[in-house]
Amino acid sequence: MAGLIANTELLRKLLVGFVRDEVRKVGVSKVVLGLSGGIDSALVAFIAAEALGPENVHAICMPYKSSNPESEAHARLVADACGINYSIVPITPMVDAYFTTFPDADNMRRGNKMARERMTILFDHSALLRALVLGTSNKTELLLGYGTLYGDMASALNPIGDIYKSQVWQLSAAMGVPAEVIDKQPSADLWAGQTDEEELGFSYRSVDELLYRMVDQRLTKPELVSAGFDGEFIDAIYAKIQNSHFKRRLPVIAKVSNRTIDRDFRYSRDWGK
Amino acid sequence: MDFTLILAQIKPKLGCVADNLATIEKKITKARDAGADLIVFPELALSGYFLKDLVPEVARRIDSPEIQRLIELSRGISIAIGFVEETADYLFHNSALYLEDGAIKHLHRKVYLPTYGLFDEQRYLARGESFRAFDTKFGRVGLLICEDMWHLSASYILAMDGATTLICLSSSPARGIDGDTLGSASAWQKLTSTTAMFLNCRVLYCNRVGFEDGVNFWGGSEYIAPSGESVVRGALLEEDFVTARVDEGALRRERIFSPMMRDENLFVTMQELGRIAHKRGR
Repeated sequence: MAGLIANTELLRKLLVGFVRDEVRKVGVSKVVLGLSGGIDSALVAFIAAEALGPENVHAICMPYKSSNPESEAHARLVADACGINYSIVPITPMVDAYFTTFPDADNMRRGNKMARERMTILFDHSALLRALVLGTSNKTELLLGYGTLYGDMASALNPIGDIYKSQVWQLSAAMGVPAEVIDKQPSADLWAGQTDEEELGFSYRSVDELLYRMVDQRLTKPELVSAGFDGEFIDAIYAKIQNSHFKRRLPVIAKVSNRTIDRDFRYSRDWGK
Repeated sequence: MDFTLILAQIKPKLGCVADNLATIEKKITKARDAGADLIVFPELALSGYFLKDLVPEVARRIDSPEIQRLIELSRGISIAIGFVEETADYLFHNSALYLEDGAIKHLHRKVYLPTYGLFDEQRYLARGESFRAFDTKFGRVGLLICEDMWHLSASYILAMDGATTLICLSSSPARGIDGDTLGSASAWQKLTSTTAMFLNCRVLYCNRVGFEDGVNFWGGSEYIAPSGESVVRGALLEEDFVTARVDEGALRRERIFSPMMRDENLFVTMQELGRIAHKRGR
């Protein structure tokens, strides 16, 4: 599929330029990001290091007690490979303190809490270091809503939000992300043995093929079916996009005036920059 | 006549007219000091592109100090530049000025305001209603603003009006990362080259760079000879100050070699367009 094969040289130039330009124009020289040990945050770390110099990039690994120790090892491997600043802030004390009040909470609530705990740490370091928080959600997970609202989806700038997971793999290989990180099974690491593809019920490669045709090329359902996609799979993915759309929007504001923020009060975020 | 051209591939700041004017003045001075005859700036060079509700704030009347200053600066060098124009009846246009010898030689108001995909110009701006060629020191010129050039009729009208140089001011966003080169860049390169070839005109294309809310403008400003051949092309994604010597002889030779404009039958075109318009009107 031509559309999912990225010209990695060009893509690298665009994304590195994006981070450099959008960070510096607000009068800041540094960024901070969470490093999970997975490929998405590894790629963002590499992009940021190239854009701003590794000395201006601060990565934080924020493990919970049930996190796979391999994740932390991979995070360190990535930080060492691109030479960025690295620190570890475990989230076990704060998360456990909260759930002593709600001991019956299920995996989803616990996972969301962890993601939001990490977000507060990143934004605290944003103030501490005068650094912008970089997002690490790719287009596949943003479209599927496979992320925590105000958790891992929260950031100031996201360099990889318009590239699919398949393209994340390609660009990561081109930029020298360590092979261990590229080759392993993607996992949110919210509980032991979790993998994204098992939880989602399909592979990233197959859903990317569908999403590219459905979203980017705007093929109709009959066209998708005749291209070989299963009708139920198409419907399930369409529903996922629709049902998660709230996560991709700002909170809805009740309109009462003539100029409501974002509806008829419209300015680019780079206003004056 | 032969002349030296500068395509000022700048990075305007969104909504900052004073800062942008300062940048523009510096480029004009630099071009003049280098002995250039004509400097071309991008679309909306004075204001930036994704203006939205900033349009009325950054709009300038022709009698504003900023525009008067640019007119003054054209005593030393001819200038083509884009800005938001405010009219006496409070319409706001995406406009381009051609300034020469301390006077306005032409004002073009963008006719085709794209309102699809990532574009939303028609929501904020008023449409221009004409394409007119005009005389300059360097022969007869036609001005186009970005999307205008994607309408064959626009360049055709200017060529039929006698333009031998088409100047296109652009703020073209980068998109399409699956090919050998950037998708939007290769589309534009085909367009400018083909237009030059069909109309035996030289094309001077000036595109901006920089990011606005994550959207990149790709640069790649270019001087295309009337043969369709790219003579000089600016850097991709970076600021540039593209200098070219424009050869009058190349225009004359091309018009002898492929005299399509000589042979173009305006009256057949008019007759058929008239017939189509009449039919549609019923």
